[in-house]
Amino acid sequence: MSSQTGAALNVLLLGAFLFFAYRMIVARQVRGVLTAFVAQSLCLAGSAFTLGASTHLWELFALGAVTLVSKPILIPIVLTRLVPGAVYERRELPHTMDPRLSLLASAALSGIAYLVILPLIAVAAGPTLGGANVVVGFSGLLLGAYQVTIRREAIPQLLGILAMENGAFLAGISIAPDFPLIAELAIAFDIPLLAFIVGLLTRALHEQIGTTETASLTSLREESPW
Amino acid sequence: MILFLVPALPLLAAIVAAFPRSDRYLALVTFIAALCATTTSFAIAMGVAQRGTLTALPHWVALDALSAVLLCVITAVTTLAALFSWGYISSTANATVFPPRIYYANFNLFVVSMLLIPLMLEPGLAWIAVELTTLLSIFLVAFENTRGALEAAWKYMTITLLGATMAVLGFLVLFWAMKAAHADDFTWSGLRAQASAMPAPLLEVGFLLILVGFGAKVGLVPLHTWLPDAHSQAPSPVCALLSGIETTVVLYVILRLLPIVRATPLVHASLWAIIFGLISTGVAAFLIMQTHDYKRLFAFSTVEHMGFILTAAAIGGSLAAYGTIWQIVNHAFTKSFCFYAAGAVLLLTGSREVSAVRGLIERSRLSGTALLVGALAIAGAPPFAVFSSELVVLRAGFARGEYVTTGMLALFIVIAFFGMLSQVNRMVFGTPSATASPSAVRAYALPLPCTISLVIAAIPVLALGLIMPHPVHELLAQAALGLSR
Repeated sequence: MSSQTGAALNVLLLGAFLFFAYRMIVARQVRGVLTAFVAQSLCLAGSAFTLGASTHLWELFALGAVTLVSKPILIPIVLTRLVPGAVYERRELPHTMDPRLSLLASAALSGIAYLVILPLIAVAAGPTLGGANVVVGFSGLLLGAYQVTIRREAIPQLLGILAMENGAFLAGISIAPDFPLIAELAIAFDIPLLAFIVGLLTRALHEQIGTTETASLTSLREESPW
Repeated sequence: MILFLVPALPLLAAIVAAFPRSDRYLALVTFIAALCATTTSFAIAMGVAQRGTLTALPHWVALDALSAVLLCVITAVTTLAALFSWGYISSTANATVFPPRIYYANFNLFVVSMLLIPLMLEPGLAWIAVELTTLLSIFLVAFENTRGALEAAWKYMTITLLGATMAVLGFLVLFWAMKAAHADDFTWSGLRAQASAMPAPLLEVGFLLILVGFGAKVGLVPLHTWLPDAHSQAPSPVCALLSGIETTVVLYVILRLLPIVRATPLVHASLWAIIFGLISTGVAAFLIMQTHDYKRLFAFSTVEHMGFILTAAAIGGSLAAYGTIWQIVNHAFTKSFCFYAAGAVLLLTGSREVSAVRGLIERSRLSGTALLVGALAIAGAPPFAVFSSELVVLRAGFARGEYVTTGMLALFIVIAFFGMLSQVNRMVFGTPSATASPSAVRAYALPLPCTISLVIAAIPVLALGLIMPHPVHELLAQAALGLSR
């Protein structure tokens, strides 16, 4: 693959990555959030393969392959097996914020990511493969954190954490492509284990409380420092 | 290879727990494995104090004085928690849907994940071990399977995993900084050696992401909210592990980074650490006065102590570093003792409410005395161990001219002291309400393993404040060298 084609393809994948991050924030059904997460994970794997082809770094191919198996395949299987199907079909998920305002806030977060990362790319001046990966990755991390905050349902909150990891690793393949072992190990073992354990916890919530709405988990609130 | 034996022992106990056995057998196996791991850790630590770093796998697994201190603390606290679990879990087994073997399997795996953190030379692998500590302890927090326990477990999972994900980007940025300096050795010592050549903005952003991310797990304000919930709902021996060692071992990762990022004067690492440390200590000191649940009381005390330790480490200098390490040791032993005392009170009264427990000393001299001693010790009263280490830190702070920081620390400690003592005083010596139902006063004898672990756990709480054996002093001094710059 020529470096120009590779760069163009990578930018396309980054745009799609960001689009699916927004899609996860505004989706009205759990299944919609899960589908957007799968698509975002495919973009991450695609970006790893594209950068791997341009740089001939085997670590990026390994990371792309592990991502491809772990996130778009294993996680949906684990979650749909563990958590009752009715949870995925529920419409009109509770938001703490109007979806239109959420989109505006998301755009602002992407802007902040751009402003924070740009000076860093300037000082690093060297082995960064694609500066855009760092900006979009950091933006993905912030958007995932935002999703965890505004969602009031168990599975979208979990997927928000996993979307944050997608963002971190999207930046990682650019700034630390030969990062020793951690990314591969984390994606191969840690993330499926995380999905399994949190899936079990979600099922326990469903059985014990009768809902997976985390908004109803308020019995422990007690003191406030203010 | 002896280093691998330490995590291998609890791993073996976890494998045994996977097969159906009697509860007593599993408790005994867990206790023996932890005891053997403690003996091995202390033998290794004494060797490290005399001969320096012990390397098992170059670039991957090794133990220096600082990590040896952590290893000893983890194994020693685990041994007493295993002994306390023996009595506690058998007493509460009917109240939960999970069989005790699930508890012991999770307990041992959780301990393995904590033991891996100080053994890892590579920060990325330490991150994986930290993430595993969360995943393997979620069901320990949710063990009682009540609405409250599940809620606490959910909050614990969400906040700490969100933090860990921020931290992974921090480590990636740190790696980026190392590559920008054309360096290659991504280990704690390698980073420390090369740090001065790394770009300061990258170091600062990486450090901040890790401080805030892992700060959630440590219990630093504002991401501390999982901590009181998890501690009020988890079984008491699990609280001893969460508060006594899990928070500390994650804080260890942040402390390892401090000398690295302080190598460049342009990075404001100490300032950030002091800001987060002081805010945590101060907010927790006020929350201690407000809480209505005595397990939450000790949980807020953990937030206060984690803030104190972080601030102490940020003050810098060899005396403050020595005080920091000593405080880590004293806090781990004292806080686990406090949770054993709280567990004993819970078994006796069946309530976590401060207002539901009055005149404890008349109903159970052992539980009442233990709760009072625990509160005095953790609040920093003389002659207990925490008092001695806090005094060293305050002396070091004033000696380095950090008057505002040290003065605020001292003020918050005093507020927390009075908050803690006023709550516990009412529980231990207060007059029972005339309307209290007689059925609430249960005739209950504390299980023998709980009594033994309470008595043994009290020894370091007092002894470390009165005497300092020379080999321990030597180990702490060398560990302080690893922390100071």
